[in-house]
Amino acid sequence: MVKDQEFLKSKASYCLDLAKKMGATDASVTVGHSISETVNFRNKSLEASDRSDGLALSIETYLGKRRSSISSSNLLNENIKTLIEKCFETTKITPEDEFNSLPDKNLLAKQISSLNLYDETRFENDKKIKYLKDLEESASSDKQIINTESSFTENKSNFILANSDGFCDGYKTSSFAASCVTVAKDENSMERDYEFSSKRHLSDIKQATELGNKAAKQTIRKLSPKKIGSEKISIIFDKRISKGMLSAFASAISASAIARGTSFLKDKIDQQVFANSINVIDKPDIIKGMGSQNFDSEGVNSNTLQLIENGILKNYLVDTYNGKKLNLKSNGRSGGTTNLYFEKGNISYENIMKKNSRSLYITETIGHGSNLVTGDYSVGATGFLVEDGEFKYPVNEITIAGNFKDMFKNIILANDLEFEYSVNSPTMMIEGMTVAGK
Amino acid sequence: MSNFFNKSDLTRQDADKIVSDTLNNCDDGELYLEESKSESIVLDDNKIKSSNYSSDLGFGFRAISNEVVAYSYSNEISKDSLKNSSENLKSTLKSIKGTYNHEIPKSNKKFYEDINPIEQKSLDSKLEVLNKVNDFLRKKDGSVKQVTASFAGEQKSIEIIRSGGEALTDVRPLIRFNVSVMLEKNGRKETGVYGIGGRQSYDDYLKNDNWKNVCEEAFRIASVNLESKPAPAGEMKVVLGPGWPAILIHEAIGHGLEGDFNRKKTSAFHDLIGEKVASEGVTIVDDGTIDNRRGSLTIDDEGTPTERTVLIENGILKNFMQDRHNARLMNTRSTGSGRRENYRHIVLPRMRNTMMLSGNQTQDEMIKSVDKGIFAVSFGGGQVDITSGKFVFNCTEAYEINNGKIGSPIKGATLIGDGPSILKEVSMVGNDMMLDPGIGTCGKAGQGVPVGVAQPSILIDKMTVGGTKL
Repeated sequence: MVKDQEFLKSKASYCLDLAKKMGATDASVTVGHSISETVNFRNKSLEASDRSDGLALSIETYLGKRRSSISSSNLLNENIKTLIEKCFETTKITPEDEFNSLPDKNLLAKQISSLNLYDETRFENDKKIKYLKDLEESASSDKQIINTESSFTENKSNFILANSDGFCDGYKTSSFAASCVTVAKDENSMERDYEFSSKRHLSDIKQATELGNKAAKQTIRKLSPKKIGSEKISIIFDKRISKGMLSAFASAISASAIARGTSFLKDKIDQQVFANSINVIDKPDIIKGMGSQNFDSEGVNSNTLQLIENGILKNYLVDTYNGKKLNLKSNGRSGGTTNLYFEKGNISYENIMKKNSRSLYITETIGHGSNLVTGDYSVGATGFLVEDGEFKYPVNEITIAGNFKDMFKNIILANDLEFEYSVNSPTMMIEGMTVAGK
Repeated sequence: MSNFFNKSDLTRQDADKIVSDTLNNCDDGELYLEESKSESIVLDDNKIKSSNYSSDLGFGFRAISNEVVAYSYSNEISKDSLKNSSENLKSTLKSIKGTYNHEIPKSNKKFYEDINPIEQKSLDSKLEVLNKVNDFLRKKDGSVKQVTASFAGEQKSIEIIRSGGEALTDVRPLIRFNVSVMLEKNGRKETGVYGIGGRQSYDDYLKNDNWKNVCEEAFRIASVNLESKPAPAGEMKVVLGPGWPAILIHEAIGHGLEGDFNRKKTSAFHDLIGEKVASEGVTIVDDGTIDNRRGSLTIDDEGTPTERTVLIENGILKNFMQDRHNARLMNTRSTGSGRRENYRHIVLPRMRNTMMLSGNQTQDEMIKSVDKGIFAVSFGGGQVDITSGKFVFNCTEAYEINNGKIGSPIKGATLIGDGPSILKEVSMVGNDMMLDPGIGTCGKAGQGVPVGVAQPSILIDKMTVGGTKL
């Protein structure tokens, strides 16, 4: 059983009291407990089971504008005492920073509404095994599939965030995740692909057979890939890749990157950064949402933010410290975005596929090729050559490159948005990127 | 050395009994106890942005029978907690019986000292170095717009208890010092990053004002990039500089030679032992035994002493890297490559310091032989798809080569290649092997572990460069 609020609150207040007693002017503490159970399968039999049970504590102590922090997994009172002493000693010799402070009291979350983020259902390991058996049975039905690996993880967590301004709140969350990785082989090649489903509630997880079939189908269609020549071509990004563009965008508008001047989107508020049909929204209060939260990691209330409105940048993602540097109020985004998405476009998936007589459909990228200082983008890619709206053949060992500043202005979105993850995007097309191949 | 048995009601005798009782009917397994202390101090934007200290304590209990691995961890070291884990393992393996393998090789060699680097340098003197770095770089040139400098230090104590009560211990120090600088000139911004580190005290790396050299190198990389032009796109010849560019070896073939992927036959290399996988003259080893290196280990996380494993000898594939589990299932021995990020994670076969050894050509000869290509000196990260064998890495400092001469610097581009065939494209191997500065972290299955790489300059006849200029 995951520890209850009472236990976590008592640890949190023990820490705050102790820090105060030692002379800290302010303090903030997070105490969390998490239990996970995972079962792994490979080629239709049990491969591993893994149970984890972990407590975690982190404390920040302030002495005026001086601050330092400690974290530990050892919650015995004796150990906590030693650590807080060490933390406070460090605080004393850390230089002052005028922007260090707890969040503004009037921005703290006051009323917590239930977002239905916790499902207490216990999915016993035997049931996980049954699910994975069904999944791998369907994943391996085609004889070109030579290896299947799958896993089911159940997680239950609880936390309390408390600070010396009187904030003290937290809540339980759960997650269930099933995933499947398949390897297919033919005389020319061996390829791997995957599918997964991750939800707050067990009943929302995809059917085992659906997951297995999809992973297998996506893997088999990659067999016998070709390398294409280097050229400028329209690129269609599968949903699982297009959402990565949103994550890159989110990193570039974090208040820390803006305050440090290390983002290509610095000083772009109220300017056109995307095509004018594009809207980007971050919505923290989606019921059962994977990224939903009642408040951010500092306790600040988070409301829905329109980040991009008709292509124009309206907001950064602001936390207390960097907000003070930029003279902006925290908008509850310490810890980043919540449920981030592109509003859907108005062209169908079929029509985006047919928009050009020849385009490249990308299903996977590898490498860390996003430079958020310059906006330069260059990654390895795998996908399919599309002609007249149809997949012609799989393509690999190529790279795609461009600059986000140009790419964002040339985005066309399909109307197939679904809320599956904490970051969601419809299928996306960008014209005029460079492919490097033969 | 940590004493794990004075922290609660759990005595060594209790632990031995529970471990033996749990693992008796299993093929392998152990109780892994770990205590780590770590710190991170960051200067950013002219200020000490954070100073964090963290301590972590816990155990991971593993039981293996046949192909099934049962694992349970907790950060509460107590009799109850260990018993719960034991029940959990037994319930997973209830229908599978094995025979415990008590054999584990021994060695007296140690590759680093039992020190706690955090305590060896005062916080004040660490802050002083960070402030000096900031002042030095900002005074150096008006184009310097941002400086980040950081210290990261750690001491990890582990104890492995095997069935029958055999106990193996190790104390592992690790430090890293890093500088990142952003320059702005004529509206262009570029960053340069450089770092150093390993398993010694901070001052072993910082003596003789060595922090200045780290600053100069980060500044130099950023300055070069301010002048960079768009990179070319397409297949061409690539000369790699010595040292850190060996992450190409790490990504292109290192991961593909890890035991688990080969046992499962999901690696493109699984049926190539004894085959020619590289040009003649290419020899690659994975070595855990180099003194004080970031990727070195006295014993691995299963208690096996590490070694120098020959992976490719003169072009021929010789060995995979093995942990005990995969070695047993493949009828071979562990190469001391069983590693985990910490007690929360299962052991996997991993790299340590992966090195291509020197040949006898010079970098000059390589550059002169290229009509059109690129010269890549420094890299960011890399990644590989084990199954298809395709790998990438990102240049952070590279130049055009035209008619045998080094030309303008080019913008960061991704290079992509095919692991099983790339080493056959190596046509020259330099005489200038160099180790990396001690900064690598390798990620696999969500676990990061410190690693090293090394190589001489090499010429690759054909690789795809992912630029924008057609």
